[in-house]
Amino acid sequence: MENTINLTLKVWRQNGAKDKGRFETYSLENISTDSSFLEMMDVLNEQLIGEGKEPVAFDHDCREGICGMCSLYINGRPHGPDDDVTTCQLHMRKFKNGETITIEPWRSAGFPVIKDLIVNRSAFDQIIAAGGYTSVSTGGVPDANAIPIPKPDADEAMDAASCIGCGACVATCKNGSAMLFVSAKVSHLALLPQGKVEAARRAKNMVAKMDELGFGNCTNTGACEVECPKGVSISNIARLNREFLKAKLAD
Amino acid sequence: MSNLFCSSIGRKLLMSLSGLFLIIFLIVHLSINLLLLVPDNGEAFNVAANFMALPVIKFGLQPVLALGFIVHIAYGAILTAQNNKARGNSKYASGNKTKEVMWASKNMFVLGITVFAFLAVHLVDYWVPLQITHGAQEITIGGVTMHDTYGLVKETLQNPLKVALYIIGSLGLAIHLTHGFWSAFQTLGASNSIWRKRWTVIGTVFAWVVSLGFCVIAITMFLS
Repeated sequence: MENTINLTLKVWRQNGAKDKGRFETYSLENISTDSSFLEMMDVLNEQLIGEGKEPVAFDHDCREGICGMCSLYINGRPHGPDDDVTTCQLHMRKFKNGETITIEPWRSAGFPVIKDLIVNRSAFDQIIAAGGYTSVSTGGVPDANAIPIPKPDADEAMDAASCIGCGACVATCKNGSAMLFVSAKVSHLALLPQGKVEAARRAKNMVAKMDELGFGNCTNTGACEVECPKGVSISNIARLNREFLKAKLAD
Repeated sequence: MSNLFCSSIGRKLLMSLSGLFLIIFLIVHLSINLLLLVPDNGEAFNVAANFMALPVIKFGLQPVLALGFIVHIAYGAILTAQNNKARGNSKYASGNKTKEVMWASKNMFVLGITVFAFLAVHLVDYWVPLQITHGAQEITIGGVTMHDTYGLVKETLQNPLKVALYIIGSLGLAIHLTHGFWSAFQTLGASNSIWRKRWTVIGTVFAWVVSLGFCVIAITMFLS
C-alpha cells in the first residue's frame, strides 16, 4: 500500500534520572502516513506490550498542540522536521519509507530525565510561580472594554501569550537558556495595563529564578525562535532585557 | 542595582557594553590606519599615530581600553563556561539540525579566540616596541621627534606570513562582528522586530567595511 511506511526507530530508553540510558532500535511496519507522530508511538507501544516488553514512556496530553505536554527531539530537532507545530501535530507523511528516526528526550541541565523520553519541566512552573501572574483583587467581573488597549499591543501580547511552555527553546539552545520562555511570559503581561503594576518585580524575580535553576545565558543565536512551535519571536527577549535593566536601574 | 552583574542579563550587559566600546576603538583604529594609504611616505600616519604617545592617552585612556578588552574576554569565557554547564553532559545523538541559525552566533567563543590570538601578535608587533621597549626607529616631523610607526608597519608587513595572519585575524573579526553588533543592541533591549533587521544590516555592513579596510591596508603595504 502506498500510504503506509515501514520505519526503524532509535528510541532513547532510560530507567530513571540516575540511569545512564541507551538507545534501543525497533522496527515498525505499515504505519499510515496519515497518522500523527504520537499515534505512531502508540502503535510502537502496543507492539512492545504484545511482545511482553515495557512500553516507551513519553509525555502527551491534549494532542492538539495547545497543552505543551508533548516534547521529543526527533532527528536533530525539537518537535521534529515540520515547522511551527508540536510533536502531536507532526504527521508521518513527513517521513520516508524505510527511514530511521532517532527519538531523544529534551537534553538540558535544567530538564533532568525522569524516564525514557519524559523530562522534568517543573523548573518552568517555578519560574512562573516567581512572578508570571498578576495579583488581582477579586470582586465583580469587570466590563470587557473598561480598560482600552491599543490593538497592536493586544496583538503582541497575544503572540507572546501563545507560548505553551513546552521547552523546545531550551532543548534546542546551545546555551540551555530559557530566555524565550521567560521573555514570552514577561512580555504578554508587560504589554498590558493590568500587568504593568507588577512589571518591575516580575522581571527581576523571574530572571532571578531562571538563573537560580541553572539555565544558561542567552547569546542571541535565535535557534529558539526557529524551533518554537508557536513562533514566539526573540523580540520578546529584547523586551525582557529592557524590562529587567529598567527595573534594576530604578532600584 | 548592586547585584545587577550577578544576574545573567547583567553579565550579558557587560559583554554588550564592552563590545560596543571596543567597536568604537575599532573605528578610531581604522581611521588612523587609513592614513597609511596617503602617499606621503607615512608623514600623516606618523603624526596621527603619535597621539598615542600623549600622556593622557598613554596613561589615561589606554588602561580603560585594556579594561574593555579584559572585561569582554573574561566575561566571554565565564558565560561560555556557564552555558556549557547549562547545556548538560548528555549530547544529542542526532545532532542539531535547526536551520536559519547564523554560524557566527554559535561560534562566538572560537571566533573570539581567533581575534584574541591576532591581538596578542599585534601587541607584540607594535605596542611593545612603541610603548614599552621603545625599540622602534625615530623620525623628526615638523621639529617633533617621534617613533617612525610607518616604518615599523612597512617592515612588519613585508613578511607574507604576517600579511596572511593579519588577513585571517580581520576576517575572524568580521564574522565575530556580524553577530556581535546586533546582539549588543538586543542585550541592551534596544531592539524589536523592526530594529533587529536594521541592526543586523548595519552590523553586517560595518563588520565587512572594517575587516576589508584592514585587509586592503595590509595588502597595499605589502605590495608597496
